Amino acid sequence: MSGHTVPADFSEHMLDLDEDEDLEVFTKNTSLPDGSPMPNSPSSMVNQYRLEDDDEGQEAVNTKDIFVTVDHPESQVTAIETFVLYRVVTRTTRSDFDSSEYEVRRRYQDFVWLRSKLEEKHPTLIVHPLPEKFVMKGMVERFNDDFIETRRRALHRFLNKISEHPILSYSQHFQVFLTAQDLAPHRKQGPGFLSRVGETVRAVANSVRGLKSRPEEFAVMQEYVDDFSNKMCCMDKVTQRIVKEQREYVDELKQYSPTYARWGELEEELTEPLKGMASCVVQCSKEAEEHIQHLSEVLVPALHEYVLCAETLKAVMRRRDNIQAEFEAKNEALLTRKVEQEALQEEVDVLADRMEQANNSLKGDWLRWQRSMKTDLRSAFISAAEKNVEYYEKMAEAETLVEQKALTALTQLVGALQSPPRHTPSSSVLQQRAATLPAVRSVPTSAL
Amino acid sequence: MIIETKSADPNQTIFSALSCACAENRQQSTLPAQLTAAAAAVLWQPITMADSVSSEEVAVISNTDITSTESENNIINTMVERGTALLRKLEINVAEAEKRTGKNTVNMQETYTVYLIEIRPAETEGGTPAAPDTLWRRYSEFELLRTYLLVTYPYIIIPPLPEKRAEFVWHKLSADNLDPDFVERRRVGLENFLLRVASHPVLSNDKIFFLFLTEEKGWRDAVLETGFQDKADSRLKSLSAMFRVKNPDKRFTALKQYSDELNTVISQLLRIRARVADRLYGVYKVHGNYGRVFSEWSAIEKEMGDGLQSAGHHMDTYAASIDDILEEEEHFADQLKEYLFYTDAVRSVCRKHELIQYELEMAAQDLVQKKQQKEELATGTVRIFSLKGMTSKLFGQESPEQKESRLAALEQSIQEGEETVKEKNTECQEFVRAAWDDIERFKEQKDKDLREALISYAIMQISMCKKGIQVWSNAKECFSKM
Repeated sequence: MSGHTVPADFSEHMLDLDEDEDLEVFTKNTSLPDGSPMPNSPSSMVNQYRLEDDDEGQEAVNTKDIFVTVDHPESQVTAIETFVLYRVVTRTTRSDFDSSEYEVRRRYQDFVWLRSKLEEKHPTLIVHPLPEKFVMKGMVERFNDDFIETRRRALHRFLNKISEHPILSYSQHFQVFLTAQDLAPHRKQGPGFLSRVGETVRAVANSVRGLKSRPEEFAVMQEYVDDFSNKMCCMDKVTQRIVKEQREYVDELKQYSPTYARWGELEEELTEPLKGMASCVVQCSKEAEEHIQHLSEVLVPALHEYVLCAETLKAVMRRRDNIQAEFEAKNEALLTRKVEQEALQEEVDVLADRMEQANNSLKGDWLRWQRSMKTDLRSAFISAAEKNVEYYEKMAEAETLVEQKALTALTQLVGALQSPPRHTPSSSVLQQRAATLPAVRSVPTSAL
Repeated sequence: MIIETKSADPNQTIFSALSCACAENRQQSTLPAQLTAAAAAVLWQPITMADSVSSEEVAVISNTDITSTESENNIINTMVERGTALLRKLEINVAEAEKRTGKNTVNMQETYTVYLIEIRPAETEGGTPAAPDTLWRRYSEFELLRTYLLVTYPYIIIPPLPEKRAEFVWHKLSADNLDPDFVERRRVGLENFLLRVASHPVLSNDKIFFLFLTEEKGWRDAVLETGFQDKADSRLKSLSAMFRVKNPDKRFTALKQYSDELNTVISQLLRIRARVADRLYGVYKVHGNYGRVFSEWSAIEKEMGDGLQSAGHHMDTYAASIDDILEEEEHFADQLKEYLFYTDAVRSVCRKHELIQYELEMAAQDLVQKKQQKEELATGTVRIFSLKGMTSKLFGQESPEQKESRLAALEQSIQEGEETVKEKNTECQEFVRAAWDDIERFKEQKDKDLREALISYAIMQISMCKKGIQVWSNAKECFSKM
C-alpha cells in the first residue's frame, strides 16, 4: 500500500518535522511517487511484492520491504493475572533495522501502547484500529479459542496496515515494538498518562468553544465519515444476522437426514433414492457450514474492522477540529489583546503551522485510506460472492446425484422416459398408460 | 364334519392356511388345547384344487406368498385396469374456485368456496375439443362422496382428499382456509382426487361417482338413498373397536405396521420441512437488507458507487427469489401429504379386515362350543366345565324328552352356525383377495409417484441452485468493477 499512493505533499512535511527522532527514518526512506525502490535499500535484497491489483488494466508493482506476522498465541499465567502472548515475527531488508529477522512476544497491552504512541505522534493520520478489548455480545471469555484466533488475525492485520503505511511504518515506536525483546523500559518513556489527560482537557475545552468554521473539504469529510460509520454498522449487523440465520437453517436442515434414512429402510423399491436424499442432505449441510465458516472468517471481520475504522476516522476528525480550535482561540486572543503581542504572535504561528500540517497530513492520508478501504472491502465482498457461488455449485452437484439415483430406478420400473413435471404427474402418466393398454376386463364386484 | 366349498378358486389356500395357522399357533392360542384341535377339525376340509399349481400350496399366512398364478393374475389385473373405461371417455378438471355466501344448516350466514368441475369428452383424433359440462361442488360434498366410497368399498384404499385445514405450515404461509394460495392448492388436490378415483379399476365404475361428476342437484339424494350410512356404523366400529384377532393375517399386520411407520416418517418430514422453510426464508430476506444498505452506501461513495448500487439490486433479486422457491417446494409437500393421508386409508382397510376375521373367528368358536355342548348332551360326559353341566350333575339329569328337545335345538343352532361360518369365510376370502389386489396396485402407484416426486424435488432444488449461482456471479461482477 505504500509507494505510489504517497502524494508529493507528504515529502515536504516529512522534511519539516526534522527535530523529531523519527524523522531520520522519513528523510532517508522517502519513497518515490512512482513506487520504485527506496534509494538506500540494497536492490538485491529487496523483496518484490506484487499486489494483485483489482483495477482492470493496471498492474501495480509494490516494493514491500518489511513483512510482519502475528501468530502462536500462548496463555501466560502469573500470580497476578493471566494473559495471552502473541509471537511477532519481522523480516525486513531496511537498513535502519540492525538485523533482517526479529522474533518477539507481545501482549494486547503492548499493541495498545504502540497505537497510542502512533496516534500521539500523528494525530491526524489514520491509524488502523485494534480489535476491541472486550466483546460485549454473548458470553465470550477472553481465553476462548475462537476469540483468541479472531483477535490474533486482527492484530496481524493491524501490524500489516502499519507496516504498509508510508509514514507510520517508519515510526521509531513501531521499530522498537517489532525488535525489542523487552518492551517494558520503552513503555515508560515519552509523554505518559498526564499528557494524555492534558490533551483531553484541552479537547473538551475546545469543543465547548466550538469551531468557527470548518474548511469545506473537511466538512464534506465529516459528513462522509458520519454516513460511512452508519453504513458500516448496518453492514456489520446485517452480516452477523445472516450468519445467525444460516446457522439456524443448517441446524434444521440436518434433521432431514436421519428421517430420510429411516424412511429408506422402510421401503423396498424406494430405498436407493431415499438414502440418496439422506446423504445429499448431509452433503449440503457440510457445504452450508463451510459457507458460514467462510463468512465468519472473511466478511464479518472485514466489516467489523471498518466499523472500528469509522470510529478512528471520527476521532481523527475531532483531533483535527481541536487543533484548529486551539489555533483559532489563540488567534482571537492575539487579535483582542493588546499586550504581549510578540509572544502571542509566536504561539499563534506555531499553532498555525501545526494546523496546516495536521490538515495536510489528513488530506494526504485520506486518499490513501479510501483506496485501502475500497481494496479491502471489495476483496472481502468478492470472496463472499465466490463462496456463495461455490456453495450453490456443490449443492447442485449433490442434488443431481439424487436425481440420477431416482431416475435410474424409475426408468427401470416404468421402462419409459421421465414424465414432465405436472401438477398431477401420477395421473398424467396413468392416463398416458391407459391410452396404450388393451380393453378392460370386467372385475367382479364384491359380494359383500 | 366336512364343510364343502363350491368354488375351485385358488384362493382357497387362504382357507386351508387358516387352519394350518391355527394348528401352528397352538401355543399362543387362548383356547384350551382341545378346542383348538376341534376348531382345526371344523375348519379343515379337503379341497380338490384341480386348478392349483402344486401341492406345496398350503401357504402359511406368515409368508407373503401367494401362488405364482395368483400373483401373475394380480399384476395383469392391475395393469389392465389402469386404463379405466371412464378415463377413456372423459377428461376431468377442477378448473376454478369461487367464494359463495349462503345459509347453512343452522340458518347462519357463512362464506364457503365452491369448485368448478369440468367434464369433457376425451379428445378424439382430429376432433375439436367440445365445450365442457360443468357443475359446482363444495368441499363437504367431496367429503360425502369419499365417505360413501369408504363404506361401499372397504377393501379398497380410497384416495385421500386434500387437507381440510392447512397443517404443517411455515409461518409466512397462511393457515387461513380462505387464503387464495390455500384455495388454489386445494383445487389442485381435489382435481387429483377425482383423477385418482377415475383411474381406479374398481372405483371408476361406481354409479354414485359418475353422478357426482354429472348431476349437480340430485346427487346428494342419490347418495343418501344408497343407504350407505347404515353400513357406516360398522365401519366406525372397525376403526375404533379394540378387539383381538387370534390368528392375525401376517401380511395385513405387516402392512399396517408399514403404514403406521410411513405415517410417522412423512409427518416428521413435513414438520422438518416447515421449520427449514422458515429458516431459509429468513436467510434470503435478510439479504434484502444488503440491498438497502448498498444502495444508501453507494450514494456517499465516488469510485465504489456504481458497483455498490448494482450489487444492491442483485441482493434484492436474491431476497425476492425465495418466494417462488418455497411455493414450488410446497408442491412437493403436497405430494407427501397425499401419501400421508393415504396411510390412513391403508390402515382402515387393515382394520376392516381385522374386523371381518374377528367375526369369522367368533363364529367358528361359537360353532365349536355348540358342537361340544351337543356331544356332551348326547354322551352325557362333561368335557368342558359349564354351569349347565354342573347343575345337572348336582341336581340330577333331565328327562329324556327335555334332552331330545335340547338336542334338536342345538342341531338347528349348529346348522345355522355352520352357515354363518361359511358366509363369514367367504366374506373374508373375498375381502382378502380384493384387498390384496388393490394393495399391490397401490404399492406400485406409491413407488412410482414418490420416486417422481423426489425427482421433481431434486430438479427444483437444482434450479434454485442455478438461480443462486446466477445472482452471486452477477454480484461478484459488480464488486469486481468497484
